[in-house]
Amino acid sequence: MLDDFLVRAALAGVGTAIAAGLLGCFVVWRRMAYFGDATAHAAVLGVALALLFGTSITLGVAVVALAMAMLIHGLSGQGTSVDTMLGVLSHSALALGLVAVTLIPGQRIDLDAYLFGDVLSVTRMDLAVIWGGGVIVVAVLWWHWSAMLTATLSPDLAYAAGINPRREQLVLTVLLAAVVAVAIKVVGALLITALLIIPAAAARNYARTPERMAFLSMGIGALSALAGLRLAVIFDTAVGPAIICVAATIFALSIIGSKLRILGT
Amino acid sequence: MPRLSGRARMSLIDARHIDFAHGGQRVLQGVSLSLEPGEIVTIVGPNGSGKSTLLQVLIGALKPQKGTVTRQSGLRIGYVPQKLHIDPTLPMTVTRFLNLPKAVGKAEAEAALRTAGVAGVGHRQMSQLSGGQFQRVLLARAILGKPQVLMLDEATQGLDQPGSASFYRQIDAVRRDLGCAVLMVSHELHVVMSASDRVICLNGHICCEGTPEVVSAAPAYRELFGTGTGGALALYRHDHDHGHDHDHAHGHDHPHHHEAAE
Repeated sequence: MLDDFLVRAALAGVGTAIAAGLLGCFVVWRRMAYFGDATAHAAVLGVALALLFGTSITLGVAVVALAMAMLIHGLSGQGTSVDTMLGVLSHSALALGLVAVTLIPGQRIDLDAYLFGDVLSVTRMDLAVIWGGGVIVVAVLWWHWSAMLTATLSPDLAYAAGINPRREQLVLTVLLAAVVAVAIKVVGALLITALLIIPAAAARNYARTPERMAFLSMGIGALSALAGLRLAVIFDTAVGPAIICVAATIFALSIIGSKLRILGT
Repeated sequence: MPRLSGRARMSLIDARHIDFAHGGQRVLQGVSLSLEPGEIVTIVGPNGSGKSTLLQVLIGALKPQKGTVTRQSGLRIGYVPQKLHIDPTLPMTVTRFLNLPKAVGKAEAEAALRTAGVAGVGHRQMSQLSGGQFQRVLLARAILGKPQVLMLDEATQGLDQPGSASFYRQIDAVRRDLGCAVLMVSHELHVVMSASDRVICLNGHICCEGTPEVVSAAPAYRELFGTGTGGALALYRHDHDHGHDHDHAHGHDHPHHHEAAE
């Protein structure tokens, strides 16, 4: 029995980390970290609404994250600087979510579980959602890979090749919402962005092509998930933050390693 | 044009009465332009005259508020942007870049690099290339899809004089190879104009257009660019016709022209 919930936690962590590691490359390449933050923070509001309407948490999170992501997508098309707007939306959504959760009558929920994740309590159903969502994210990225990469390099190059970069960005936006919905159970709303960008950033210095970076990033994400879970069990800490700590350590080592490599040549 | 005889003429791109405004600022006004197979058209104009905007409208990146753009269906466009910023977080070898968005064979990629004059850089990171190499790699990528139109947006910006002259020679060679039309935007009048079948002088609207001789003699053109280019044009005309090297003429005319172009 004990093994069982740890195995489920490990599977949930690895599934989430793989999807996030892959999508995270685009978040890094396109400088969408703040975008990811806003979408993830909106997830807390999604939790509140899901409780209010008695629907599944995953559904609530997915819908609100998607709404937030679409809103930002729309704003970014206006050509104005969205940095401040992102900050306003991101933190307003978080604050509104935190207030809403406590106002829901008759509910005493464990808010920490949604802010920092609660991977040790994943059910078989959660696992199905995580892996189902993860497979969809990976499959869609695989399918759109070339077009998205071209659009990331230059919207004009994409247009000239008959690719609509706005559409590719929309696909990324939807996938981001999907990853948020999948990851909230594992690392929580506050650390989802970390799971997106840290493995990708750690992979950067060891890759010569975008594909290599994507595979490395997925690998580093999965390794962080497993090692983080193990450390959390040993030291009896929260799992989500432990996963991010491992990822951050790998990132730090990757920076030191690449500096040493430069010195060595 | 004589080389088109025997085939039904159909414009590759046909833009009519384009109006484009950005943030309340009128950028293009009543611009009409059509591009025939195989011809070289140069758009010249001062900074802020809407040259790049026009190209972006033609490739479909920008939607004009008024007017229509008709591209031949399935038109293959090879686009060389003014500059391309690759985020430092994105690792990209030259070979990988050439395979975007469509995968091409290794031999084909190497041949394109050779045609563009940068053979053997395939394994390098894009970020390690010099300015000239980078532009040539962009050119190599643009010609990989066997384009019917090659579009260049001030593709020699940031190159020195000999560099840009040799870049334009390369384009001339590429065009002869592929037989594609070339539409380029430039402020380097002295290099570009002589090689063109048609020159369009743009300043929000089309001031004048025609053969290089006609345009350089037009009052509207002289008003925009001064009168300094007449002599240089003759030089380059000569140059173009006989295929001598361009560098010689640069030495003489560079200061002159710079002034004229600014």
